[in-house]
Amino acid sequence: MKSAVAIVVLLLVLIPVPWLVRSGFWLNFAVLSLYYGFLGQSWNILGGYGGQYSFGHAAFFGTGAYAGAVLQLRFGVNPWLALVLAGVAGGVVGAVVGGLSFRYGLRGSYFALITLAFAEVLRILADSLGFTGAGVGLQIPLHPAATNFQFAGKPGFYFTMLVLTALGFASVWYIEHSRFGARLMAVRDSEDAAHALGINVYRVKLAAIILSGVLMALGGVFYLQYFLYIDSDIAYGPAVSIAALLAPIVGGLGTMFGPLLGAVALQLLNEISESAIGSAPGLNLVLYGAVLVLIIAFLPEGIAGLMRLRLGPWRRRAA
Amino acid sequence: MVEAAIIVPAILNGLTTGAVYALVALGLTLIYGVLHIINFAHGALLMVALYGVYFLYALAGIDPYLALPVMVPAMFALGYVLQRYVIGRAGHGKDENVMLVTLGLSIVIENLALYLWSSDTRTIETAYGFSTVDLGVALIAVPKAIAFVGALTVTALLWAVMRWTDLGKAIRALARERRGAQLVGINVEHLYAMSFGIGIACLGAAACLLLPSYYASPHIGRAFVLIAFTIVVLGGMGSFVGALVGGLIIGVTESLGGLFFGESLGKIGVFIIFIVVLLFRPTGLFGQRA
Repeated sequence: MKSAVAIVVLLLVLIPVPWLVRSGFWLNFAVLSLYYGFLGQSWNILGGYGGQYSFGHAAFFGTGAYAGAVLQLRFGVNPWLALVLAGVAGGVVGAVVGGLSFRYGLRGSYFALITLAFAEVLRILADSLGFTGAGVGLQIPLHPAATNFQFAGKPGFYFTMLVLTALGFASVWYIEHSRFGARLMAVRDSEDAAHALGINVYRVKLAAIILSGVLMALGGVFYLQYFLYIDSDIAYGPAVSIAALLAPIVGGLGTMFGPLLGAVALQLLNEISESAIGSAPGLNLVLYGAVLVLIIAFLPEGIAGLMRLRLGPWRRRAA
Repeated sequence: MVEAAIIVPAILNGLTTGAVYALVALGLTLIYGVLHIINFAHGALLMVALYGVYFLYALAGIDPYLALPVMVPAMFALGYVLQRYVIGRAGHGKDENVMLVTLGLSIVIENLALYLWSSDTRTIETAYGFSTVDLGVALIAVPKAIAFVGALTVTALLWAVMRWTDLGKAIRALARERRGAQLVGINVEHLYAMSFGIGIACLGAAACLLLPSYYASPHIGRAFVLIAFTIVVLGGMGSFVGALVGGLIIGVTESLGGLFFGESLGKIGVFIIFIVVLLFRPTGLFGQRA
């Protein structure tokens, strides 16, 4: 229950942010932190709690973004309804990718490779087919209205992102407190042992990748509505797959707050480096890559692990 | 209709590209076979090698083929240092961590290149760049023919080194049984780094053979890395023969795919092969076991 309280308190604290933070810069910072934290949470469900490292989460993200765009532009669907349908589409892609690769027992590096390949196939398709706008991409016409999932100011996007963040937290809370989650973590810790205990490893992993895919696709639609443009490289390119795995690894893999923590830390790092060295193409990613290597070398449990390390002895003394 | 007059040159072109792909994949499969890690930085390191060859030509006027004796040892040294002091240490010996470390390295290298050299594509112009040899059935560009022969020669050389030298024997022993190799006095850390270095040295050779008919750009590695993975998986992880045969198959597939489905959509054939092989035969054509 303690973690549920922590989540609720965190969300309540985050609600008044748009009234307290007047600067557009920091509000944008908050929106992007929540956004990357949310993408990270999606990856965390499969990678952190399930131990299945995907290098191709862009497959779900891009499907969500394209589903959102195509439904609006070609079929005139309301963007909020498109959001729901895009989530379903992400879940379907999750089911296909997971169904195929888990059915044939792909683990570890093989799984990472096949997710990468699926994302690449989708990228090529999106780049070649007409209804996805091919190489030109798709642009959503500007019609600011809350009913149209386009807000005049940042606060609207902030609250949308906060609701999605709550959804992400609810998902990992469920994982930490349900039989499904216990099975998932058992699979992560030892697939063979989990199998021996009678856990249907295939079904557990499949459920995790579908949930992860749904959330990631919702993130894709949010991106679309926030920036109003996507192309095949934004949607299915490696950058988004890396962003999704970076936040939980930096923050703390398989922890509830790790992805958000990691996303905030990375956003801060990004802003600091940009103000220090100026924004040059590639430089922020150089920093991200270096952080990834350093975190794995020195902080394999991420920032959350560091906090535990610091809190550990202190806690014992207090008790 | 598409006739033999078009298909035969496409196949020959595919074979020449495939031989260079094989060379890239050879390094990857060697590293996998010995260290049991998938080197996600492989493409980024190939990019570094391509820039190396480019700058040797642009600044010092060294012909790409004459750059071989410079690039191969240089890339070997880079690989050795990376494995011994970065990947080996940061990974803590856990597969997932090593995978992420190589991914992190690829991000650093690619974007550093983007920062330093901008996203321009760079090509070189050589006297022989546009000359061709007549094979009777088709004309083949001279650089491509040289790349084909060169790639096969390097592959044969590497195979001979692995087969007959003490170094090769030690590496093969290490690949098969780490503990046992350690017990008979093999310096594991050193040999891991040697294997990684040799794998990366292959990229140095590949870059010298590639650049006269290709170009250098910061993201060029991406195009190769998935293709190299495909070849390694198709041929069987750790198999030399597999890498060579796989490389040729993929080269021809890509070439024919481009012919029938166009440049952009044609690439999809390679990835479909990749997914299908991973699903139905993850040991590949020549692999021992998964």
